[in-house]
Order: sequence, then structure tokens, then C-alpha cells
Amino acid sequence: MGKTIAEKILSQKSHVDAYANDFVVANLDLTLSHDGNRPLAVEVFQQMGLTKVWDARKNIQILDHAPCKPSDNYAQKQQILRNFAREQGVRFHDLGDGACHQLLPEKGYVAPGELVVGTDSHTCTYGALNVFSTGIGSSDMACAMACGKLWFRVPETIKIVLTGSIPAGVYAKDIILYLIGMIGANGANYQAVEFTGPVISALSVEERLTISNMAIEMGAKAGLMEADEKTIGWLVGRVGRPYTCVRADADAKYCRVVQVDVSAITPQIARPHRVDNVCSVDEIGDVPVSEAILGTCTNGRLSDLRVGAAMIKGRRVHPDTRLFVIPASRQVYLDAMREGLLETFVAAGAVIGVPGCSGCSGGASVGVPASGENVITTANRNFKGRLGNSEGFLYLASPATVVASAMTGRITDCRNWL
Amino acid sequence: MIFTGAAHCFGDDINTDYLSPSKYKARKLTFEEYAQHMMEDIRPGFYESLTPGDILVAGENFGCGSSRESAPRVIQAAKIPVVVAKSFARIFYRNAISLGLPLVEVDTTSIREGETIEVDVLLGTIKTDHGTIQGTPLPPVLMGVLLEGGMLANFQKYGSFRLDRED
Repeated sequence: MGKTIAEKILSQKSHVDAYANDFVVANLDLTLSHDGNRPLAVEVFQQMGLTKVWDARKNIQILDHAPCKPSDNYAQKQQILRNFAREQGVRFHDLGDGACHQLLPEKGYVAPGELVVGTDSHTCTYGALNVFSTGIGSSDMACAMACGKLWFRVPETIKIVLTGSIPAGVYAKDIILYLIGMIGANGANYQAVEFTGPVISALSVEERLTISNMAIEMGAKAGLMEADEKTIGWLVGRVGRPYTCVRADADAKYCRVVQVDVSAITPQIARPHRVDNVCSVDEIGDVPVSEAILGTCTNGRLSDLRVGAAMIKGRRVHPDTRLFVIPASRQVYLDAMREGLLETFVAAGAVIGVPGCSGCSGGASVGVPASGENVITTANRNFKGRLGNSEGFLYLASPATVVASAMTGRITDCRNWL
Repeated sequence: MIFTGAAHCFGDDINTDYLSPSKYKARKLTFEEYAQHMMEDIRPGFYESLTPGDILVAGENFGCGSSRESAPRVIQAAKIPVVVAKSFARIFYRNAISLGLPLVEVDTTSIREGETIEVDVLLGTIKTDHGTIQGTPLPPVLMGVLLEGGMLANFQKYGSFRLDRED
């Protein structure tokens, strides 16, 4: 019987002929943790009396969840990870290098056909590079770090086929928000998703990363895509080791196939306090926003900053709104600087943030809303209290919608600004 | 593995930010202290209303959102012995298995706030004074792991992941 991408990767990594709902113990290609976890995977590892990571090249510790070092507690956690990385010789990125879900693709730490786990729910991001990658907790991770394997229940797969042509002013973020609104926060629970169709082929790799990043918000275990010439071209210069692209078989079994024509999609907004509380910008009504955030592992890449800068060049952030622009990594920061994008944002009145999870996780203590404040953000989650104040209101949108709204001071249709 | 306690009922999509809010990540709290903030964004005073042994009852997609393991840990720290819900988000489900926190997937619609319920984890049943509800117990592989105290305990005992027990 034919296999899905998930079935193939989990079979290959466990040396078992596995199908959906089978339990396997599989070999891992990379294990990721960061400073946002409580407890730290490293702390559980040490408490269990474990002493050595099974393969130092296959573990990575990244300081991204509080890159401004906002508290003594965070400084302590970061020191624990720094010391661990030094003593074990594992890969390490210190604060300011960027968000983990930008660094891993950017630096070539993940490649097609690989199996990757991270102590972060948005680890599904690398599915866009044909990687089976998924989020786990710190205890699972401590065990994985010791033996280089992890147990999995092979998920069923939902196939989403995207056709049509993307209208002007509509971006990858709008597509994934639309899909989450349609499928629901629980709609892909326990399942892998395969995003496919000519629309995916037409997207850049950075846009594909945006889509896979949010697969977890429909409950999915992984958000997979096939690798094509674009993927391979993007990986040149980043990945030196051999890798194997994995395609689903023509006769693979899917639990559901969803066909979506994107031609009629409009700019989308996820309203407080649920990611699937999605509507068109046409239906949002009059919503003033006093804070706007362009950044995060969802939309802090160079292409996202270019879209925002092109819109705001020569214009100003609205006097009643604060715009934070946070490049997703040090490299993105440098590239944006060299292209003059940061100058454009600063001249317009924006505040540039430290690369990492600034403006996404409340623990980072960046952009914390005042009570009653509306925030429009390119982040991937808008739960109550997410950004550090449960009396703030978070709206999710594309970079174009966020920047247009930052200029008018209210949630705005970016198509009027193209 | 049978637990009897008062039901505290919640709806769908109870996420891990509600269980363990991120605003406290910057502070140094034990899980017992962190547990005192459980659900405060949606039900202030929830922790104060708990008696050890009370049971958490919810709708669909319990534990969705971030992968934070603090979510099942604060439930255990609050001495809640089992969570019963219509469905569980998958990372939370994994973390509960890791830590040995029992879960039962069952249609919780008819369970009333405050009523005493008896949860049989092995059979996947909930006994109330208005009838017994049959749910879906954990798959045998994971039930075996749970009975050993969870995947973390399993790993420490065997030095690796042993999904099939020999006995």
C-alpha cells in the first residue's frame, strides 16, 4: 500500500514498515530546545542523572524567547543553557541570533527527509522543507537527548490541495489563516497535514515556512510539503550533507482531502482570543489599534520586511500607534539593514526589536499591551494573555495588513495601499 | 486506576496559556506556586476552589496551544489526579503520558459542575449519579506506559523507550 510523507519518514527512521496509527521508536536527526521552556529540557536531563547527549551535533540550544534578557530569572535560565552547551559541545545560538524557527532553516540545520523534534509547538515550521518536525515537551526531550530516539504514533494525514491564483494584497499568512478558520483549531488534531497544489509550488520558500509554521494552530502534528527545485535551490549553500526528498505515493491513503481555490481569498484577520476566529478584513469593522508588530518566526523574514517597508516608505506610523519591527534573525537584521529597510522603518517611526521571540511570547517582555489595548501582529497565536497582559486584545494578520494598520491607526485593508 | 472527585467543568479549546500563563515565565516559581495561577485568566479563583482529588472536566481540544510541559505539571501540582475531556490536543496528550498524568477521552456534555464523578481510567468510563458514560481508553501501548508511571518513568526504568512490555 502506498504511503504518505509522514508514513515514509517515520518508517525510514524506525526501520519499520509503518502506517498511520502504528507506534514506532524512531531515530532523530535533530533535537531543539530554547530558553522559553519550563522546566528546561536540560534541567529534566540533569535531574534524571543523565550526563551525555547522544550526539552533540544533533542537539541545539537557542536563546530566543527572551533575547532582551528581561529578568534575573531568564538570565539564570540562559546561563544554564550556555553552560550546558559549552560542556556538552552541542550546537548553540546566543541571544540576538534569532528565533529558532528561522535559524534552523537559515543555517541548514534541517534538510528534506529528516526527523526533527523541538520543545516548541511551532517546530512544525520545517515541514515546508519536507522535514517531519513536531513539538514535544521537556521530559520527552530529555529522554530523546539521551538516546537519540523518540516514540511516535504515526499520524493519519489530511491532504490540502491549493489551486487558483493568489489575488493582489493576499499573502501566505492570509492563506493559512483562511485554512485554520475553515478547518478549526481542532480540525487536524493528531493528524499530519500535506500542503500541496500549484499554489504551494508558486510560493517562495519563505512563504511556505509561514504556512507550515501555523499547522499546529489547526491541531496538526506536522505541516508537510514536498521538496521541489525551489526548495533544493534555497538549500544550496546552507546544507552540505546528503539528504533525501520524500514524496507521497500516488496511492497513499489520506483521511481527508480538502480542495481550496485561493482566487477568492481576501486579507484575513484572526480575532481575539482564538486563532480560528478568522474573518475577512471586509468584515472586521472599525477596530483601532495602538500597537502593531511585524516580526516573529511566522513573518519576520526578509521578504516580510520588504513588503512592509515598501508600503511605509516615505510615510509615517500613525501617531496613536506603536509599530515594532523585529527581524527574525541576525542575518535578516543585517540584510534588512543593508537594503535600507531598517532605515525606512525607523524614519517612519517604528521601533526595531531584538531578533527572537520579541513581540510574540509574553515572557520576552516586549510590546506587552496595556489593558484594553488592541494589538495587530504577524505572530501565530492570539490567546488571552499571550503577550503578557490578559486584558489586551491580539489580532493576527499578514505583514501587509499589519503595516497598513500601523499607518492608519485602525485595522486596514492593505489592498488600498498597494 | 479509579478516581472519585468533584467535577470542575470547562468548555472547548482550553489552551496551555490558560493552564500556565506565560506572564509568569519571567518569575521563579515552583510548580506548586505556578499552579495557583491556573485558569486565572478565564476563571479567577479557580485554584482556591479546588480540593485535592477534584477532577478537571473539559470539552474538545483540551491543552491546545504551546507545547509547555508546565501545563500538565501544574495540574499534578494542584493534586488533580485525572483529566477527562472530549478530546485532547496532541502535544498536551504526549506530555501527560510522559509525566504519568491519566487522561480519559469521553463525551463530557452531561457532566455537571460540582457533581461527584468516578473515573475508571483503564475502562475509560465515568460514573455519575445519572448514569455511566463510556469513553475511549488510552491505546494498550500507552496504557501500559501510564501504569508504570508514565513514559519518563518507563525510560528511566529501561534506559530506552520500551513500548511493548514483555510480561
